[in-house]
Amino acid sequence: MALSHKVRGRLAYWLAALVPLAFLGLFFAYPLATILKRGLGESVPTDVWFDRGTLQIAWFTVWQAAVSTVLTLAVGLPLAWATARLAFRGRGLVRALVVVPFVLPTVVVATAFLALLPPSLQQGVVPILLAHVFFNVAVVVRVVGGYWSRLDPRLWDAAATLGASPAQRLRQLTLPALRPALAAASALTFLFCFTSFGVVVILGGPRYATLEVDIYNLATQAFDLRAAAALSLLQLAAVTAVVVVASVLEGRAGARMPLASELAATHRPTRRERTALTAILGGAALLFGLPLAALVRQSFATPTGAGLSFYRALGHETPTLLVPPWRAIQYSLLYSTAATAIALTVGVLAAIAIDSARRGAGGGLDTAVMLPLGASAVMLGYGFVISFDTSPLDFRDTWWIVPVVQSLVAVPFVVRILVPALRAIDPRLREAAAVLGAPPSRVRREVDVPLLLRPLGVAGGLAFAISLGEFGATVFLARSDRPTLPVAIYRFLERPGATNQGTAAALCVVLMAVTALSVAAADRLTARAGSL
Amino acid sequence: MLQVSGVSVSLGDTPAVHSVTFDVPEGTTLAVLGPSGSGKTTLLRVIAGLQLPDDGRIVLDGVDITNVAPHRRGVGLMFQDHVLFPHRDVAGNVGFGLAAAGESRAETRRRVAELLELVGLPGIEKRDVRTLSGGEQQRVALARALAPEPRALLLDEPLGALDGPLRERLLADLRSLFAQLRLTVVSVTHNVEEAFSLGHEVAVMRLGRCVQTAGPDELWRSPADAWVARFLGMRNVIERDGRARIVRPEAVRIEAGDGAVVVSAERRGPVVRLRVRLDDGTELETEATALDHPLPGDRVGVSVDPAGVVDAPSWQDHGP
Repeated sequence: MALSHKVRGRLAYWLAALVPLAFLGLFFAYPLATILKRGLGESVPTDVWFDRGTLQIAWFTVWQAAVSTVLTLAVGLPLAWATARLAFRGRGLVRALVVVPFVLPTVVVATAFLALLPPSLQQGVVPILLAHVFFNVAVVVRVVGGYWSRLDPRLWDAAATLGASPAQRLRQLTLPALRPALAAASALTFLFCFTSFGVVVILGGPRYATLEVDIYNLATQAFDLRAAAALSLLQLAAVTAVVVVASVLEGRAGARMPLASELAATHRPTRRERTALTAILGGAALLFGLPLAALVRQSFATPTGAGLSFYRALGHETPTLLVPPWRAIQYSLLYSTAATAIALTVGVLAAIAIDSARRGAGGGLDTAVMLPLGASAVMLGYGFVISFDTSPLDFRDTWWIVPVVQSLVAVPFVVRILVPALRAIDPRLREAAAVLGAPPSRVRREVDVPLLLRPLGVAGGLAFAISLGEFGATVFLARSDRPTLPVAIYRFLERPGATNQGTAAALCVVLMAVTALSVAAADRLTARAGSL
Repeated sequence: MLQVSGVSVSLGDTPAVHSVTFDVPEGTTLAVLGPSGSGKTTLLRVIAGLQLPDDGRIVLDGVDITNVAPHRRGVGLMFQDHVLFPHRDVAGNVGFGLAAAGESRAETRRRVAELLELVGLPGIEKRDVRTLSGGEQQRVALARALAPEPRALLLDEPLGALDGPLRERLLADLRSLFAQLRLTVVSVTHNVEEAFSLGHEVAVMRLGRCVQTAGPDELWRSPADAWVARFLGMRNVIERDGRARIVRPEAVRIEAGDGAVVVSAERRGPVVRLRVRLDDGTELETEATALDHPLPGDRVGVSVDPAGVVDAPSWQDHGP
């Protein structure tokens, strides 16, 4: 007898949910639990937590993240306003370009600021803050700007006719109206800066370390696994607290603002607005362009004048790595391809399960899938090291452990892109197909798949870029004879000398190019499908 | 006194308002009447300072305010569908302009209570504006616009979303409120009854131009052209060679006799709309109020009062 419709639906949900749940259980929950056990093992590590050094590092971690967030908002909000409210040529291009820094590998950006800043400023608080702003402006522009562009501009007209000056409108209308988006963007930026690793480990020098960097140092240099585990716990608690506070803030901002169509939201800039727009776009071009230009310049600035010798050096044996640097390109591409395949498989199944589940169950899986975003990459990498080193779970020498950890970081993004896309499919399309006689499998194939090709391409491109740039976890797991590009870059930066710096810059340019190409290719491949 | 002279605006490449001129004397209401897309809302945005005109001047109480920023004009605007601030309660909405003007908290609270009383909603200060009905929202929006004591008040389709008896009541309330406060008002609408009811004068707009400005009776007596007559709801408009003969419905009298046949009789609320065909083929419409009205097919006599016949062009352009 055929299973009833309902039972088949539930079965499909559990089958789709099973793979992501098993994957997350084995490769996320288990390593974290191992850290927890190691940290809490015999005694609660209060001695580590309340150590003067720990407190200093925790304090630095918090305040640099807070200052970075404030600075990012200060730089990002004018750009968010301009792209949300003003109609100007190239607006779409600007909105696309601001995302580029976000997908650049942290190591590349840190190296770019090394190349840009004078030696006296190269290590310390200033470059760390600058790099954090560089990355997270995209978050503010997309999250706040996207929300802003959907608010009814007549609210501001109403305030103006009631006698509110521009400053009063900003304080009494703009800020309260944007509060949910501001809370979300601030929380994301704060989290990214709080768990920042690549930037701080390269630009912080010996004096400045975040919890994330300290965990890495404790685990790989001091071999103090207990302290590293204790700090991981501390960080996990802090991240959880931030997430809870942020969701409370977002929830409380509940007043739904009236939405306008995007067309009505923009207006042709007045003369004063045009001046502001020029200043904002020019400033953004400098912030984003200068470091990258400096990086490219450094990669060609050989001791004997402009030339290709740093690039030629990529083909030769070097004392820094066990293999010629160009092999890192090979490993990076291999790992990222595998990581993208894993992330898409897990992400698609999770998205289908979340979409087809009834509210409660879907929400649980949704949260579970987002968790790796909150846990830091270094903790994950470290968790893998201490969890998968004994039989039957001895995976440390397998090549696929690297793509697995990279895909964990990419899965939340894949799910975040696919779930709204699935939900956006008009259910009447499926109903229409069903009424026309298509069985469920055919509905999926002929309705869902074509409509999802574009978001799938975007998700795949992003997953590939994230895997390419992943550093915090990979640096624990990539074997010295199989380095990825970011790891190879870091190894060169660790060593003094213009040649090492130049080779790092050349590798950065290669990595930047590969990242840009992969995102552009995914876009191109799926652009035509998306026009369906 | 609000004076609008020669105001033109183009949005993109299409002219939205073309050389519009009118005066609104202190304490009177001008109703701007026109179909959607005639440039009414754009005109209001120009007077409020939300949109700069390409040409023309706005003068309020003898001061040229054409280039004054909206928040310094002293011109209030009530938006179509109200646009209340959803993140503030009723008191926060009504008091918004008072707080912006730097009023003390106590004074703001006192004025808000007074205004809510004035619009007939006393004591709802703490209500969430999203829980208000359409009529309540309209009244709160009115109180909010009145709070800063604007020297001129602009209304964009003030009763747009409402209908039925509620609409009638609010219309009467608005009229008496404007008289009581001696407000200078420009009210924009596409509804003829609303324009006639609110406006001391009515300006008819078509395709961004002001076609005719007159008091309601004068407008009804002699519409400027066939289009205006039809827009006001007149049915007996006979056009020939660019001229039109307009027969106002009340000039058509049905009597016992012969010379015409009743084509249709439809009841429209309190009146019955009768359509008759004269034996020369001309069709005319009129209204009967009697319960005992002629039925389709009946032969009737028709007389036309010459005072109710207007000759006008088919299309009158008021160029610059």
